[in-house]
Amino acid sequence: MNEIVVTRGERLAARRVAGEMVILSADDSSLYVLNELGSMLWEAADGRTTLRQIVETVVCPEFDIDADTAVGDALDFLQQLEAFGIVSLSSQPHSGPAEGIGER
Amino acid sequence: MGDLMQYVWDRALEHNVPLSVQFDLTYRCNERCIHCYLDHDDHGELTTTEVFAALDQLAAAGTLFLIFSGGELLLRRDLFEILDYARRHGFDVKLKTNGILLRQAEAEQIRAHGVREVQLSVYSHRPEVHDAITKVPGSLERTIAAVKLLRASGLRVLIANVLMQGNAFDYPGVRALAAELGVESTIDPTITPMMDGSTSVLSLRVPQPQLLQIFRDRSLVPDDFCAPPLSGAPDVDTLEAMPCSAGHTACYISPYGDVYPCVQFPLPTGNIRQTPFHDIWHRSPGFAEVRSIRVADLPTCSSCGFVSSCTRCPGLAYMEGNMRGPSSADCEKSKTRAAAGAAASQIQESA
Repeated sequence: MNEIVVTRGERLAARRVAGEMVILSADDSSLYVLNELGSMLWEAADGRTTLRQIVETVVCPEFDIDADTAVGDALDFLQQLEAFGIVSLSSQPHSGPAEGIGER
Repeated sequence: MGDLMQYVWDRALEHNVPLSVQFDLTYRCNERCIHCYLDHDDHGELTTTEVFAALDQLAAAGTLFLIFSGGELLLRRDLFEILDYARRHGFDVKLKTNGILLRQAEAEQIRAHGVREVQLSVYSHRPEVHDAITKVPGSLERTIAAVKLLRASGLRVLIANVLMQGNAFDYPGVRALAAELGVESTIDPTITPMMDGSTSVLSLRVPQPQLLQIFRDRSLVPDDFCAPPLSGAPDVDTLEAMPCSAGHTACYISPYGDVYPCVQFPLPTGNIRQTPFHDIWHRSPGFAEVRSIRVADLPTCSSCGFVSSCTRCPGLAYMEGNMRGPSSADCEKSKTRAAAGAAASQIQESA
């Protein structure tokens, strides 16, 4: 679980609107609005940084939570997003460039 | 609009976010539509680098929905560079094109760039009518070919049918054509004055008697522009509402960098070559004035019985001389919709 990397889905548009990440599918116009934690995970999902690194550097400083618990919670959440094609989870770093949609 | 989408628009309004921007990349065009409001000469379009800089600023401002239009987009040799940049920066992208220059390679590239929808104008199912409007022989055939290529590439396609005198009653044929092609279609009787203020094209508007016939077409009633208007004294919510999203959550950028509340609302607010978009959006007197107006501030419209359902366009009102005034074409539409609704009620009563 420590080596899991998160990659944003393709063919999605995304923007933080008033603090919340709004994601829209180009294929079927499905719309998603992520909460604060989800928005943070999405922005950090560059396909290279491991989930544990994301949690330790982005999530834990913002929330009063230990890293192991946060990784478990984040993984549960990201698996739900994966079911919608919003992210993909793998143990291999994404082969493409680290930058992706949703960058600001 | 779904609840979640409404929630996003409400959040954007609350936080003054320009959620949707129409960005015309060129006014040059390979058609010469008789009702077009544009000057097709190139007066110094934004360069690729300038467009990229504008997109950076829009992304920072919170824009999600980006509509690239023209003129004819495919005349921009850097179109796919721009699409690539826009998609890498998170925008949801729609395109408007006439499709004349579109071949399979372009359709596939558009699809590969993650464009969500492509809109093409079709004025009639009859080539002689469509081509007389575009002034390009063979244009209908080429536009239909483009629709087929875009569909075959897996793209969502929308056919827009602008109604005017010469094609007012061809819309059933266009709708049938759209159904045959497996795409959606819309109908709009709005003819806009030219950007320079000239009203010569307004003579092409569908005359009231023809409009009445169209509004009596029960198959069109689900479309907003055709629905019977609500009448009676406006309620408080109506009077406190903003007249339109233009300038609140949406705006327009011309190929020369001019920022307006809407493509139909050419109120000068600034130019991104001289002023950062953020400053124009948040600090220009023009946007401040537009945002200050509520329906209750409209001296004529606020007391009109049709105000709660009118399609009044503040841009068209501005083009007529007063952004707080009525837009006469929409007054006519409301009255015509009312007349059509009354006629339908009489038919129902006698049946």
